[in-house]
Amino acid sequence: MADVQLQNFSKSFGKIEAVKDFTLTIANGEFLILLGPTGAGKTTTLRLIAGLETPNAGSIYIAGQNMTAETPAMRDVAMVFQQYSLYPHMTVYENMAFPLRSPQLKTPEDDIRRKVGETAEILQITHKLDNRTTELSGGEMQRVAIGRALVRSPSIYLMDEPLSSLDAKLRADLRIELKRIQAQLGATLLYVTHDQIEAMTMADKIGVLEAGRLVQVGTPREIYEDPISLYVGGRLGLPRINAVPASLFGGAPKGASMIGLRPEHIEQGAGKPAKVVWLEHLGDQTQLHLELEGHKIITLTDIHSRLQPNDTVHIQPRNPLYFDSSGNRIR
Amino acid sequence: MAEIIIKNLRKEFGDFTAVESSSFTVADGEFFMLLGPSGCGKTTTLRMIAGLELPTSGEILIDGEEVAQKPASQRDIAFVFQMFALYPHMNVRKNVSYPLVSQGMKKGEVRKKVHEVSQILGIEEILDRPVSGLSGGDRQRVALARAIVREPKCFLMDEPLGALDAEFREHMASELRALHDRMKATTVYVTHDQREAMQMGDRIVVMNHGVIEQFGTPQDIYDYPATMFVADFIGSPPMNFLEFEDRLAAGSSIVNLQGQNVGICPLTEPAEGSLALGVRPEHVRLDDDSRYRGSVITAEYLGTTQIVTLSTPNGTIKARMSSSIPVREGETVGLSFREELITLFDRNSGKAIKSERQESKDHNG
Repeated sequence: MADVQLQNFSKSFGKIEAVKDFTLTIANGEFLILLGPTGAGKTTTLRLIAGLETPNAGSIYIAGQNMTAETPAMRDVAMVFQQYSLYPHMTVYENMAFPLRSPQLKTPEDDIRRKVGETAEILQITHKLDNRTTELSGGEMQRVAIGRALVRSPSIYLMDEPLSSLDAKLRADLRIELKRIQAQLGATLLYVTHDQIEAMTMADKIGVLEAGRLVQVGTPREIYEDPISLYVGGRLGLPRINAVPASLFGGAPKGASMIGLRPEHIEQGAGKPAKVVWLEHLGDQTQLHLELEGHKIITLTDIHSRLQPNDTVHIQPRNPLYFDSSGNRIR
Repeated sequence: MAEIIIKNLRKEFGDFTAVESSSFTVADGEFFMLLGPSGCGKTTTLRMIAGLELPTSGEILIDGEEVAQKPASQRDIAFVFQMFALYPHMNVRKNVSYPLVSQGMKKGEVRKKVHEVSQILGIEEILDRPVSGLSGGDRQRVALARAIVREPKCFLMDEPLGALDAEFREHMASELRALHDRMKATTVYVTHDQREAMQMGDRIVVMNHGVIEQFGTPQDIYDYPATMFVADFIGSPPMNFLEFEDRLAAGSSIVNLQGQNVGICPLTEPAEGSLALGVRPEHVRLDDDSRYRGSVITAEYLGTTQIVTLSTPNGTIKARMSSSIPVREGETVGLSFREELITLFDRNSGKAIKSERQESKDHNG
C-alpha cells in the first residue's frame, strides 16, 4: 500500500473540461470517497490515476514516485468497475487467481492458492470457490469482482460505484463489509460514487466534486456540519438542506443572502408561522413539508405527528448556516 | 373517477400461480400502491385491472361495473409504463392531443383541453417542440399529460419512475404526488421500492409469491407488520428480529431476554417455540441501566442520525439514533427497546402473534 498524490491534474475532452486543476493527497491506508453528481468528473479522475487516460496537465505520484508517464501495468493499481465483468467460463477460484497469473507477477501456485483462500475467507465466499460464476447471485458476483482486486496487493484500489447495480439490502450489507475489509487490510482505497449514504458511512474522508473541481475535502462529519458552500451543503443530508433568503428571518450576518437550514437547524414552536402543506410518512421518519411566505421548507417531525395540512407550525432558525449571493459560506 | 373493487382475483400461467385469490378495494380518488419484490404478482395484478391479462377467476369492478373479462379498450383507464413511449415524429402538442383526436373530439375542444393539461404539468412552453430534444423529466411530463388528457376513470402506473436516477426520481415522485392531490384521480401504482411506496401512497398492498401479505396506510404497515416478510421488506434498515425460544400464554406482557424483562403489549393468543421480538432500529436505545447487553460492531454516520450495528446474544441488530450520541466500536453497551412498538413473531409461520395493539389496528389482508 502507498500514498497517492495528484498535483494540478487537468483533463479535457475536446471543449469539455472534465477535470480541472485537481490537487489531492490520499494517505497510506486511507479510504477516500469522491462524491458528486453525474458528469462531475469522478470516473475520469479514477481513469487518470489508473493510467487509462492521459492528463493534459499535472502529475501523479504513487509512493513518492512520479508515475505520470507510466503505463497502467507499471502503476500497480487494482480497479473494480460498476459492472462486474467476470469470466463466465471460469470458476470463482480461477477468476480470482487470474490477476496473480499475469506474466509480470509470476506468482507460484502455492502462493496463489493461499492468497485466493485468504481473500475468499474475508469476502465469505469460500463455499463458492468451485462454482461457475454464472451460478452466482448478483451480490456474490460483485464480491468475486472485488475479490479479484483484493488478491493483489497494489499501491491503491480504485473503485467506480461498485455497489450501484445491487439491490438496497445487499448494498447496505456490502457497505459494512467493504469498510471492514479495507480497515483489516489497511488498504489505500479511492472510491467514487454519487450516493451520499455510501460516502458518509464508509469514507475516512470525502472529496466533493463540482463540475470537475474538487471543492472540499474532509471527514463526513466536517463536510456535513461545516460545508464551505451551499452546493457542498446540498450533497449530504436527507431531507436535503433548505435554502431560503436570509431576509426571511432576522439576525443574518452582513453579506448573507441565503440561510441553509437542515432539520436540526429548525426550532419548532416559536418564531414565524408556517403553513403545513403535507406530511410524508416514511416509517422511520416523518417529513414535514412547510410553506413560509412562499418558500418551501422540509423538516422532520414526530413520527406519529397529528399535524394536518393547513395547520400552522411556528419555526425559527437555530445555529443555521449562512451563504453569500454566490453560495459561499459566511462564518 | 372511480372506485376499484377486486374480489378473489386469481391468475395462473399453466402450472404456475402468479396471483393467489386476492381481494382489496381501491377507494375513489386514492393513490394506491402495489408493492413487492420482483415476481410477487404485482404487475400481473395491475395488468388484469387494465385488461391486458384476463384473470383465471375472480371479479374486477370499476365504478360498480364488472369488467374482469372485458378488453382493455372498454375499461376507460390510462396506463403509464416504465418506459415512456412518445411518438417520435410528432411534436409535444400532437403527442398530447393524440388520444383526443383519435376519439374524434372537435379541434377547438382538443386545443382547450391540451392547454389545460399542459398548464397542470407545466409544459406550455414546450408544446411546439419536437419530443426528440426533450430532457428526461420533460418527456415524462409529456407522457403523463397524454395519459391525463382523456380524463379516464383511473390511472394505472407500472414503475413509471424505475428508469430514473435517484435524485431525479425523488423529485418526480413528489411532483407526481402533488399532481394527484390536484386531480384526485384514482391511481394504482406498482413499485418494488418500499421508500417510494411509503412516500407516495395513501394505502399500500404488500405482495409476496402471489399472495397479499398485508394492506393498510404506510405508517400502519410500518408500525404493525402482519408478517416477518413485511417487517423485513419495509424500512431501511429493516426491522430487527431478536430470536429466542419460549412458551407464552395468552395475556403475557413480559418476555425474558437473557435475564432482562422486556415489556410487550399483552398477547391475545398463546405463542410457543421459535419466536422473534421485532424491533425497528429507531426503537433501540442505549441504556446504561439495562442488563441486556450488546457490543458495538460498527457505527455509520448519516448526518442527523447514525446507524449502529450491535452484536447481541439474540443476533446482530441495528439501531438508529442521533449522531450526537458518542458510540465507540468494540464497546459493550446496555440496550432497551421502545416497548409499545414491539411486535412478536412466530418464526415458523412468519406471522405476528396477535396482541391487543395489533387487534386495535387490524389491517390484515
